[in-house]
Amino acid sequence: MSNRLFTKDTQAIFWNNNKKAIQRMLDYDYVIGREKPSVAAIVAPTSSNKFEKFFYGADEIMIPLYRSTADAVAEHKNADVLLNFASFRTAYDVTMEALNMGDQFRVIMVTAEGIPERLARKMNQTAKDNGTLIIGPATVGAITPGAFKIANVGGTIENIIKSKLHRAGSAGLVTRSGGLFNELCNIIAINADGIAEGVAIGGDRFVGSVFIDNLLRMEENPDVKYMILLGEVGGTEEYKVIEAVKSGKIKKPVIAWCIGTIAKHFSSGVQFGHAGASANAERETAEAKNQAMREAGIHVPESFNDLPKVINEVYTDLKNKGIITEIEEPEVRSIPKNRRPKNFICTISDDRGEEATYAGFPISSVATPDTGKTIGDVISLLWFKKVYPKWATDFIETVIKTVADHGPAVSGAHNAKVTARAGKSVVESLVTGLLTIGPRFGGAIDGAAKYFKYANDNNMTPQEFLAYMKKQGIPIPGIGHRIKSLRNPDKRVEGLKNYAKEHFPSTPLLEYALEVEQLTTSKKDNLILNVDGTIGILMVDMWRALGYSEEEIDEFIESGTLNSFFILGRTIGFIGHVLDEKRLAMPMYRHPFDDILYDVKKAEEIK
Amino acid sequence: MAQKAIREYDGKAIFAKHWNEYFDGFNYDFKSVLVTSADELREKAKEEGYEWLNQEALVVKPDMLFGKRGKNGLVLFKVEKPGDVKLEDAAKWIEEKQSEEVTLLSGQKGMLTHFIVEPFTPHTQDQEYYISATVVDTDDVLYMSAEGGMEVEEGWDEKVNEVRIPITMTDEEIEEAVRANVPEGIPAENKERFAKFAIQFFKFYRDLNFAYLEINPIVMIENNAHILDLVARLDDTAGFLMKDKWGDIEFPTPFGMEDQSPEEKAIAEADAKSGASLKLTILNPKGRIWTMVAGGGASVVYADTIADLAGVEDLANYGEYSGGPTESETQFYAETIFDLMTRYEDPRGKILIIGGAIANFTDVAKTFTGIIKALDKYADKLKEHNTKIYVRRGGPNYEKGLKDIKEAAERLGLYMEVYGPETHVTDIVRMALDK
Repeated sequence: MSNRLFTKDTQAIFWNNNKKAIQRMLDYDYVIGREKPSVAAIVAPTSSNKFEKFFYGADEIMIPLYRSTADAVAEHKNADVLLNFASFRTAYDVTMEALNMGDQFRVIMVTAEGIPERLARKMNQTAKDNGTLIIGPATVGAITPGAFKIANVGGTIENIIKSKLHRAGSAGLVTRSGGLFNELCNIIAINADGIAEGVAIGGDRFVGSVFIDNLLRMEENPDVKYMILLGEVGGTEEYKVIEAVKSGKIKKPVIAWCIGTIAKHFSSGVQFGHAGASANAERETAEAKNQAMREAGIHVPESFNDLPKVINEVYTDLKNKGIITEIEEPEVRSIPKNRRPKNFICTISDDRGEEATYAGFPISSVATPDTGKTIGDVISLLWFKKVYPKWATDFIETVIKTVADHGPAVSGAHNAKVTARAGKSVVESLVTGLLTIGPRFGGAIDGAAKYFKYANDNNMTPQEFLAYMKKQGIPIPGIGHRIKSLRNPDKRVEGLKNYAKEHFPSTPLLEYALEVEQLTTSKKDNLILNVDGTIGILMVDMWRALGYSEEEIDEFIESGTLNSFFILGRTIGFIGHVLDEKRLAMPMYRHPFDDILYDVKKAEEIK
Repeated sequence: MAQKAIREYDGKAIFAKHWNEYFDGFNYDFKSVLVTSADELREKAKEEGYEWLNQEALVVKPDMLFGKRGKNGLVLFKVEKPGDVKLEDAAKWIEEKQSEEVTLLSGQKGMLTHFIVEPFTPHTQDQEYYISATVVDTDDVLYMSAEGGMEVEEGWDEKVNEVRIPITMTDEEIEEAVRANVPEGIPAENKERFAKFAIQFFKFYRDLNFAYLEINPIVMIENNAHILDLVARLDDTAGFLMKDKWGDIEFPTPFGMEDQSPEEKAIAEADAKSGASLKLTILNPKGRIWTMVAGGGASVVYADTIADLAGVEDLANYGEYSGGPTESETQFYAETIFDLMTRYEDPRGKILIIGGAIANFTDVAKTFTGIIKALDKYADKLKEHNTKIYVRRGGPNYEKGLKDIKEAAERLGLYMEVYGPETHVTDIVRMALDK
């Protein structure tokens, strides 16, 4: 592994949601038949979306989006390549943050051009000390044909196949320029059998990995049979390669050419090519380097125009010697011409097969009593896409049953009844009742979970929690009952608590809530933990015991999942009340005058 | 292009602006003016705060990025004897130096346009020190010598102490390394003071993102630092971090380099406004072979090949367009080149190379639409100059791009040969020259 830059299992985290470049990677993945997409996750700091859709062949797949590299890494530990597509303003910070994650990233590619030189040097040195390979800055990337391709390198799929970049050849290629990288791949495909690995090291003056770093790795890579180096006027990096060839560290044949021979005709002032390309001394000129490489036994053509010929000669020689064998051309999958993005996504159920499924389970496998499955199981599949253990599904079912109805006087039921008496249908009357559910009606479940969890997460003592809520000016959600008290307890609450104590692995938040209750009831007898509070708190305990992270549970609370249990349960009751009205055929309801306080004053005229 | 030279005056102004922050225990009296004429100097002397121009002996030098001004006889510090230059002497000297073109010992030629005027600092040779810092390979290097002045370059190895400072070195390590390398020749009583100054100098150089900073000589009289001569280059890629610290900094064209032509300036302006890259340098306006090449690397190999096969005198321009320019940007770039190449006659006719490697993501058909529009406009002129056009390009949508341009050439009656990725990138140069 260590001497191969990438394999077919390599996965990357892509920093910046560069959709076109990512789509090109996935198209490549499809063409070469990768099992996993080469992009595991995308970091998009300003996006509030959780995923982005991409095509994989004709189908669409979703790649998760994260706000930070740390969040992405937490979920994708095996992604050991970071493709840093941040701008020159932020690319340094993004790389340094990644380097601080120890050995998470084996390779970091930096595309930005024009990172301040001092920062680039610091970044490169830190990476070196860390044992991380940096490709770039100011590069189009690298590719291991048939395994993994970075972003735009290689160009279009048509060009990739023409240039034989869809399967491994025999050459190792290192260039500075990204544009000529593509060209060289084409030349090598025409005159030899393509490349086994290629890196464009980048055009800035200070780049992370230089020619020698990449060539030494390729020397150890058994897929690489010979190497091609395209250097440039300026700098002395080519001399390190010459040293390695002379000392025998590099034994495989090397073909090399330095571009920029033109520069000798112009004393100064004309910048030919990249920022890194400027000769400060005679030995940094393209001529001097080409000559020195030639003398060291590297295959150096007469001119760039003759490079194809030399490549063909070296390749043919290695083939004649049996070092390179004929490559069997693989089947290539083609990308469908007309692809349409889907407007809707479904991740919970599927009706396309023989039998419709709930999160992968055929309905018949959960529906009938002999399956042993309950409404709690169906909820766990359709709401959470998980198979919860029995203690949890039983708890969910208990909650649904507990909240199903609370008599006709509560506002939701009352509204449903009034609507039914106005002659409206079941569904119209039901939604009138449901629309009443909110912060004041049924909302205590959400509120209790949110505030008790917050207090518990922040290690507040019950006293501190009470003081905190007082300061917020909010009565504690889930505390207090009209008539029930410690001495006259709510049986529903008792039932839930007993069930949890007996069946839950642990109930830390409930225990905390009971401490709070001790304190509140000492002030007023009826300030007990009520049924809404108990449900909210036990839901948190359930999710904790099921292994959800605190962030995930916070998200459940934020997204109104707790309220959903109330909505579902109470729907049973509302429908009951509506059907009751239909049966009773009561007339249209009108509220009596004497129950309304009329206090109407004549409107003041504003001039 | 990363490292850019600034004027001595601007370098000193940056020192002055941040002096108190960096140079604890030293004083720097920033008395310096930058003028473009004798009259400007005379006017300056009437302003409040510049009374010293009338009161003190002066030194005048051109401030145009070239060095060795002393050796070129371009430093005025005496009329009769050192330290007797008065305001009017300085003004007259400027007038005299601006009256004709100046040729330096290096052969560079040009008019003098900027002068720096400062008070004369009486001092002895042994008060002159040398200090500079720059980047060598990937390390910073601090150079210090007890002997400043014009002669420091002779006998550099013996006179100058070098301290290599890797990028990850901590402040404590830097201080230790500098202290351990204070030049022998500095008198014992001044050693600590010099070390302290050198450390602060290095931190200033580092934090302000200089790429090169040299004071030669620096004169220390007690705790007063006199920066007698300064050369500085900034890393302009750090510009976005240094906006406030550098202030509104100018990067002048080096002395002796011809000013950019209006066409080059127009392309540079279009480049600055665009997300794409547009570059143009005219090498020989009467040249026979003109290039319009996509991509930085490809543009270099075309220039190499033309110089190899035709000789450099035939190569008219160097430049490139890349990074996905819009159709109108490409059209503007093409028209600029077509216009330039149809100004002078060549009995052999002209050659236009529309070249490029295989693009990674630039839409070839789109950029070619811009070139075709320019061809429409300049077809007659190009024909007048017997222009043969050779096209080679690959990348996204290249088939359409090549087909479109071929059709345009046929429609317009232009001589054109068109090739794709199956032809070697620079082979069209060989074909054009029939070699």
